[in-house]
Amino acid sequence: MGKSLYTDNSNSETMRNFTISILSENSIGMLHSITIIFTRRKINIESINASDSEVPGVYRYTIVIKTIRSTAEKVVKQIEKLIDVLSSFLYEEDQVHYQEFSLYKISKKVLVAHPEIEKITSEHGAKIMLTEPEYEFVIFEKTGHRESNRKLLNELQPYGVSEFVSSGRIAVSKSKRETTTLMEQLENSKCNVIEA
Amino acid sequence: MDILSSSIEQSTDLLNQNENINQEINISVKNEIKKKVTGSEAVIMSLLEEGIQTIFGYPGGAIMPIYDALYGFQDQVNHILVRHEQGAIHAAQGFARASGKTGVCFATSGPGATNLVTGIADAQIDSTPIVCITGQVSSHLLGTDAFQETDIISISMPITKWSYQVTNAEEIPRIIAKAFYIAASGRPGPVLIDITKDAQNQIIDFEYKKCDKIRSYHPYPIASDQDIERAAELINNSTKPLLLFGHGVIIANAQEELKTFVEKAGIPSAWTIMGLSALDTDHPLNVGMLGMHGNYGPNIKTNECDLLIAVGMRFDDRVTGDLNRYANQAKVIHIEIDPSEINKNIHADVAIISDAKIALKKLIPKINPNNHNEWLEEFKKCSQIEYDKVNKNELYPEKGELKMAEVVRKISERTNGKAIVVTDVGQHQMIAMRYYNYKKPRSNITSGGFGTMGFALPAAIGAKMACPEREVVAFIGDGGFQMTLQELGTIFQYKPKVKIVILNNNFLGMVRQWQQLFFEKRYSFTTMVNPDFIAIARGFSIQSAKVTERENLDAEIEKMFSTDEAYLLEVVVEKEDNVFPMVPSGESVSNIRLS
Repeated sequence: MGKSLYTDNSNSETMRNFTISILSENSIGMLHSITIIFTRRKINIESINASDSEVPGVYRYTIVIKTIRSTAEKVVKQIEKLIDVLSSFLYEEDQVHYQEFSLYKISKKVLVAHPEIEKITSEHGAKIMLTEPEYEFVIFEKTGHRESNRKLLNELQPYGVSEFVSSGRIAVSKSKRETTTLMEQLENSKCNVIEA
Repeated sequence: MDILSSSIEQSTDLLNQNENINQEINISVKNEIKKKVTGSEAVIMSLLEEGIQTIFGYPGGAIMPIYDALYGFQDQVNHILVRHEQGAIHAAQGFARASGKTGVCFATSGPGATNLVTGIADAQIDSTPIVCITGQVSSHLLGTDAFQETDIISISMPITKWSYQVTNAEEIPRIIAKAFYIAASGRPGPVLIDITKDAQNQIIDFEYKKCDKIRSYHPYPIASDQDIERAAELINNSTKPLLLFGHGVIIANAQEELKTFVEKAGIPSAWTIMGLSALDTDHPLNVGMLGMHGNYGPNIKTNECDLLIAVGMRFDDRVTGDLNRYANQAKVIHIEIDPSEINKNIHADVAIISDAKIALKKLIPKINPNNHNEWLEEFKKCSQIEYDKVNKNELYPEKGELKMAEVVRKISERTNGKAIVVTDVGQHQMIAMRYYNYKKPRSNITSGGFGTMGFALPAAIGAKMACPEREVVAFIGDGGFQMTLQELGTIFQYKPKVKIVILNNNFLGMVRQWQQLFFEKRYSFTTMVNPDFIAIARGFSIQSAKVTERENLDAEIEKMFSTDEAYLLEVVVEKEDNVFPMVPSGESVSNIRLS
């Protein structure tokens, strides 16, 4: 009977969240070529976010996956192997500062009928987003970790939440590394041709 | 005197003037060339800039402008019209593996492109440099389900090293330069460039500059001196070292360095099937083949050595068997160019992330001259056990039906171990590798990681085109032969002098062997009722012969090699022969079975 390649490691390691931060060129199909690396190992992506980085022309993907450490390390190396990926970093939960941004849409009629909603939202630090005065809904916005944003949703749901949406995790590392320094290192790397 | 010297001066001036004029003319001619070519011409001119002289391909609607451009370059580039796009890419793979250069293939959009897929995946897992150029429907039709439209970029993404769709011909020279750089550098692999038909027809200014740098790609990592020192220390302190060499040695062209290294330190050395031929089979330190159908010694000694030195190999599951019971007692040095292979399957105590040649060159002066004669003696004892129980009867049977191994042995003797041996996939593949006596590097071309049946015939065509001066022998099973036998048509048209040896057991032999050993002999759909292979060869005007009796074998082999053209030899071999030794799937290498 064949055993899974990674059986041994998974026994000694626990499943947990990892944040993967990827710097890449802004090329078409990049997102697809990254996500298929997870698909191949049947790893579910908990959240994903794509944005600009502080370096012009360089894109940053922030991906959260739940897996074991050794698998996460292998996946990160395979991502880094993609030609257009500049660099890829793996973080444990305590190595990043991170947030998600959520929107909660509630009918004005509900709000009038249940004034306690405003108390709940302000307790959670949610703010009212500015909308057109004639709009029939109120939109609350909240920044926080997934669990706390989810908790507010749970508390609002009995009153009726018309729509809820949350961004993927965005995260900055606690490390002192500067992306511009990294870019200089990549530009000046001597690993492009074989040593003489 | 004065008059003479002044006249000389004058004439020199004139010469200089002429030279200047000539230079100006040359420059203007060059500028002329630089101007105004079609995207299709730019494709061919870019290939010429990369030194490409051979292309394997198959035309079709969406690549017709490129084929039209090719028509004008027939004196500079040799296009081989295969009979199926799978044949084109396997031929390009055979070409690349035999020559070390990048193989090129052309296909049209849709089915042309998807027919390449198997070969692309094969080239990816076996690190073979290939540039595939596919035609694509015009850019305004992309995504509209146009005739023969398929999203080959997305399809090929997980199986290419890089892919790119060109919709603007201005990009063609730069993208092709990038493609060749990526395909061949570092750990090589297949690259696919998809070019829309409108881009093929677009007029551009052609200017070519080779690519040697991409800021996001660092194909040649430099190992730290510290890692080299640590590795040397482990090697110098080891009493039972075992070196495993793989394809990385051949890709890096590090055969000489490998030999110097193992000879200096006296290290028994074993090969993966992709590393085969990097060190001569009969070299005293070559202890044989690793893995499932490898030799007895290197498999069981993997679990007895104190140090494993893996060079340019990736600990494939067919090599390691059960990872939980693989070399737990040993320290591991992993020399590998691809960082993602480090700690993927086996933990490395010392990782030297580097090209194999560079790493070995750095290590050689740091290791102490040594011999491990007692340890080597243990391998010899294992070889003797294996020879008595398995090899002897395979190689020198006296009665019964013909055996694959004796055919391989006789062909090995007839070619002095110097042929390029191309194999398909299955029992004959394992037998050819086990029993051919390889004496030259780059002599083993096989589908190793992917196990693609149908690989051998087109790959042999490609190998012969790359190395026309070398004998090319393709060992193919009756099953695999029928997967790509249409390429006999390519042989008929272009006359590469390949020697095709069908080892016919009228079974899908390897699957049948597993059914016998692990599925209680339930031979579910592995029996083959085969056609008349000789009649097929005759249909393609390829000389051929069939051997069924032992006493005719020598003469027929001799006839094949003394015929100065392509030849097909069908050898009918024992129907239910098994390949041993064998490490059953998922078991420890220590549990290798001799019967």
